[in-house]
Amino acid sequence: MTRNSKFLSISSLLGFIFLYAPIISLIIYSFNKSKLVTVWGGWSIKWYVELFNNQQIIDAALVSLNVAFITATLSVILGVLAGYVLSRMGRFPGKLIVSGWVSAPLIMPEVITGLSLLLLFVSLESLIGWPAGRGITTIIIAHTTFCMAYVAVIVQSRLAQMDDSLEEAAMDLGAKPHSLFFLITLPIISPAIISGWLLAFTMSLDDLVIASFVSGPGNSTLPMVIFSKIRLGVTPEVNALATIMILIVAIGVVSAMWQMRKKENAL
Amino acid sequence: MTQETTMPLWKQDGAKPFIQIKNVTKKFGEFTAVDNVTLDIYENELFCLLGGSGSGKSTLLRILAGFEELTTGQVLIDGVDMANIEPWNRPINMMFQSYALFPHMSVAKNIAFGLKRDKVPKKEIDQRVAEMLTMMQIEQFADRKPDQLSGGQRQRVALARALIKRPKLLLLDEPLGALDKKLREETQFELVNIQDKLGVTFVVVTHDQEEAMTLASRIGVMGNGVITQVDEPRDVYEYPSSRFVAEFIGSINLFEGRVYEDEVEHVKIKSKEAGCNFYVNHGISCAPNQKVTVAIRPEKMKVSRKKPDQEFNCLHGQIIDIAYMGNLSIFRIKLESGAIVRVTLPNLVRENRNPLTWDDFVYLAWDYDSSVVLTS
Repeated sequence: MTRNSKFLSISSLLGFIFLYAPIISLIIYSFNKSKLVTVWGGWSIKWYVELFNNQQIIDAALVSLNVAFITATLSVILGVLAGYVLSRMGRFPGKLIVSGWVSAPLIMPEVITGLSLLLLFVSLESLIGWPAGRGITTIIIAHTTFCMAYVAVIVQSRLAQMDDSLEEAAMDLGAKPHSLFFLITLPIISPAIISGWLLAFTMSLDDLVIASFVSGPGNSTLPMVIFSKIRLGVTPEVNALATIMILIVAIGVVSAMWQMRKKENAL
Repeated sequence: MTQETTMPLWKQDGAKPFIQIKNVTKKFGEFTAVDNVTLDIYENELFCLLGGSGSGKSTLLRILAGFEELTTGQVLIDGVDMANIEPWNRPINMMFQSYALFPHMSVAKNIAFGLKRDKVPKKEIDQRVAEMLTMMQIEQFADRKPDQLSGGQRQRVALARALIKRPKLLLLDEPLGALDKKLREETQFELVNIQDKLGVTFVVVTHDQEEAMTLASRIGVMGNGVITQVDEPRDVYEYPSSRFVAEFIGSINLFEGRVYEDEVEHVKIKSKEAGCNFYVNHGISCAPNQKVTVAIRPEKMKVSRKKPDQEFNCLHGQIIDIAYMGNLSIFRIKLESGAIVRVTLPNLVRENRNPLTWDDFVYLAWDYDSSVVLTS
């Protein structure tokens, strides 16, 4: 037993180092005084000050947050509907096509998704004049396309675990299908919806490839700006930015987990 | 005349059935779950559908609740055809096997759910929920969530929720299945009391024959999608109509035989398997020399070491197994033909001076009116 637990603790320690060492070194170097990324020159917060004075990065961050928020919300609405239909409609003609179509963005290489959406937007613009140019709208549409697939999969698996008789009991007690959905189904799958929203939000915030294809001039997302910056060499400013993003994501993930645990305990 | 009024509805001529199931068939693809079932259930009955798994009893219940569409046939409840009536509009409530309590609502909210859907005024809802909580003795759990309750408490909440709308018909799917044995026995009697008090018609699905026996006014025995026999519990036990029912309810000894004398008030049957001839004091309609089965319950036989003075219904064999159950003992006796007979004897005295024991040779005998002839 003791040998086994020693093995377990060593392997988990190695795992933690593997996962967190790069992040910790990044956080430490964001407080580096030196202008050279790899040379330690003492503690300082000057890169944070500089970061907040860099209008380009602030703008890009706002675009990214805006896109991620709307994308996550739209993905949850569409993903929940798709997941609900797929798990509750039973067999209907074309079900295979619909389920394939929902999960296609999961396995499609991002380059292809981005390229095909770009072609779609361009030809739509020349045919019906919408979307006029490329910008935030097209990024949101593109991100929603692949994020809703993830939400649909999460929701579908949660619905599959749910006892069918809960919905039948509600119907039996006089709930019509729409009130049944809002009073019983939705509250019960709410943990899946919250985690789906968070996943969509993170993926949208993280995406570089698809956004590069479908964004227009002046609407760069944060990953795009960072990527163009590090092509000219990594500056300590980027380290500071990354530290802030890690902080935001960590707060989001921890609070979501805490929320879900509270919910799950209540269920 | 007083006899007339106490006579149950199903024995009265011209009584109007409350539920009429007419030639109902339900197929799932190629599989026939319910096969041309016709059944009448009367008001205030506590009707038990008894059958093994896959017998179609749950499907029949779900048809009544409106969760399954009929392939063919018709269901009338209180004279109204249920064909196009959605589950939420039926005057029926159901208690589910899993109880299906809403996990995100408190006990009180679970119970109030049905009344809220009907837009009953809030004051009345509160009052009726409070009454129901008192009746079910679960007042102290009103604010708890279902996962904070024990199995027995959940069962009460589920029953309260199903009864709150005062349905004309309550469907119960294995209502006691999730409870332990002791609690199950207590709850059985309670269920009967509630049914009696509220005057609701109950249709109960169960696979447990003891449960069906104690609960039911009548039992419908189901197998392979067909209802084989509908009778009062005593009649189902004492006069099973077929081999299937005889074997399903309780334990029974069956002997193959051939009819050699068929009169109006009796039949005589020769059985190689039993090594003796049978005399049954009721006539059956059968062809001469027809193959039949004679059925005798284990507790209906007398056991003796001395040969009893009777020509018919007398077996001879050797004890091969004894199981002491406390209140009674079960003996397995091997006949000369190799057939094994099961006999139960009550343990009337504490110390038996001369008990029957392994390898003893014994005679088994029974009266003319104790056995049943089964032709199917």
